[in-house]
Amino acid sequence: MNLSQFLHQNYDQILELTVEHLWLVGISTLFAVAIGVPLGILTARRQVWNRPVLGTANLIQTVPSLALFGFLLPVPWLGERADRIAILALTLYALLPVIRNTYTGIRGVDPAVVEAGRGMGLTETQLLFQVELPLALSVIFSGIRVAVVVSVGLATIAAAIGAGGLGEFIFRGLAMVNNQLILAGAIPAAILALAADFGLGWLEKHLQPR
Amino acid sequence: MVGNMEGTASDAPVIEFRHVGYTWPNGRPLITGLNLEVGRGETLVLLGRSGSGKTTTLKLINRLLNPTCGKVLVNGVPTAETDVIHLRRGIGYVIQDVGLFPHYTVARNIELVPKIENWPAERIRTRVAELLELVGLDVSLASRYPHELSGGQRQRVGVARALAADPAILLMDEPFGALDALTRHQLQREFLSLQKRLNKTVVFVTHDLREALRLGSRIALMDAGRLIVVLTPQEFLRSREPLAAAYAQAFEDGFADAPREPTP
Repeated sequence: MNLSQFLHQNYDQILELTVEHLWLVGISTLFAVAIGVPLGILTARRQVWNRPVLGTANLIQTVPSLALFGFLLPVPWLGERADRIAILALTLYALLPVIRNTYTGIRGVDPAVVEAGRGMGLTETQLLFQVELPLALSVIFSGIRVAVVVSVGLATIAAAIGAGGLGEFIFRGLAMVNNQLILAGAIPAAILALAADFGLGWLEKHLQPR
Repeated sequence: MVGNMEGTASDAPVIEFRHVGYTWPNGRPLITGLNLEVGRGETLVLLGRSGSGKTTTLKLINRLLNPTCGKVLVNGVPTAETDVIHLRRGIGYVIQDVGLFPHYTVARNIELVPKIENWPAERIRTRVAELLELVGLDVSLASRYPHELSGGQRQRVGVARALAADPAILLMDEPFGALDALTRHQLQREFLSLQKRLNKTVVFVTHDLREALRLGSRIALMDAGRLIVVLTPQEFLRSREPLAAAYAQAFEDGFADAPREPTP
């Protein structure tokens, strides 16, 4: 049986695991954006927060993913379901690029534009939502794009703790020394990563301020 | 204020600095002992070298900076006691780098504050058209983005934006400094005719004596964070004050050294 036959026969399961995979990546990215963008805004506004916030996010990145999944296993409530652990871990990893790019994007807005806005009597909130965030949007998006692409790859490891996703094929294939199984997980994961990179890249380009 | 009781309201200074000082958090003083009054409808030019405190003085008016000692009064009320947003909406602000919002069209740039202030749509539309005409721009430019405009056009939009909510005070920080000589000259001329019509109280920062002489009703000469002297343009050229005289001398040398026709 060659690879294409295998893919064809296991079409249903591949689709199911792909959806699971997307779910893990999607939810964790949403969390990372919901937490990371406000933190990025905070660090851009209050320089004193820059070091502790980015330092912590950096530190999280240095923890090997397999170890992080393992550490979280005994945590109550969280440890009850593997996908909870996976989502938390993926969220933590995705934070750094989101925070860093939000910070960079906002700090990168032309100071003259910010000063003009302030001088005109925009409140800090109006300045943020009407000027700074729109102008930083494409930079923030490129951070989200990095986060998603990295998450698609990392999520395969989540299968090690039973969280599902395309990693299941990979780990099963590794255990059974079956290259076709490994590829059945690896190829869709790679395609997902490329598609996310391309799609979000397109979006990023269209969000570029003139 | 004693002895000024007979003065009508319009005689009272619109902007007043009382013993104002501004010191950086690191202890370096930028402005010391500043006393200055700006009357209604006049164009007061702050003249000085870079680092002399002109821009700082300007920013103390709309509270982009807050004085570390003394008081700044706008319309007789200390700015420290005014709501900062309210204060700034009543003061137009034009800077050298213009600072147009690059993601907004010309029209949206101009109408931002009126929109925030909830003007009716119809009134905003008329106002934008009116302002574009006022600063000498074609109405067709309203839908353009700032990057599609020339430097001179951009600064005109900057002026229109500052005038949008019809503030009584206009602060201008070297607004024409980055423009080429011809465009600058033209915009100065337009500023004069605009000022004749609108009669705003203007504080104008420049390091260029020629511009100061041309636009100012009075010139406040600053050096190293201190106000040296306040003079009318006529007085300025005759002044014995050393720094003012040095400026006047440099100004005259500019003509004296120009190549001339050989005398027959």
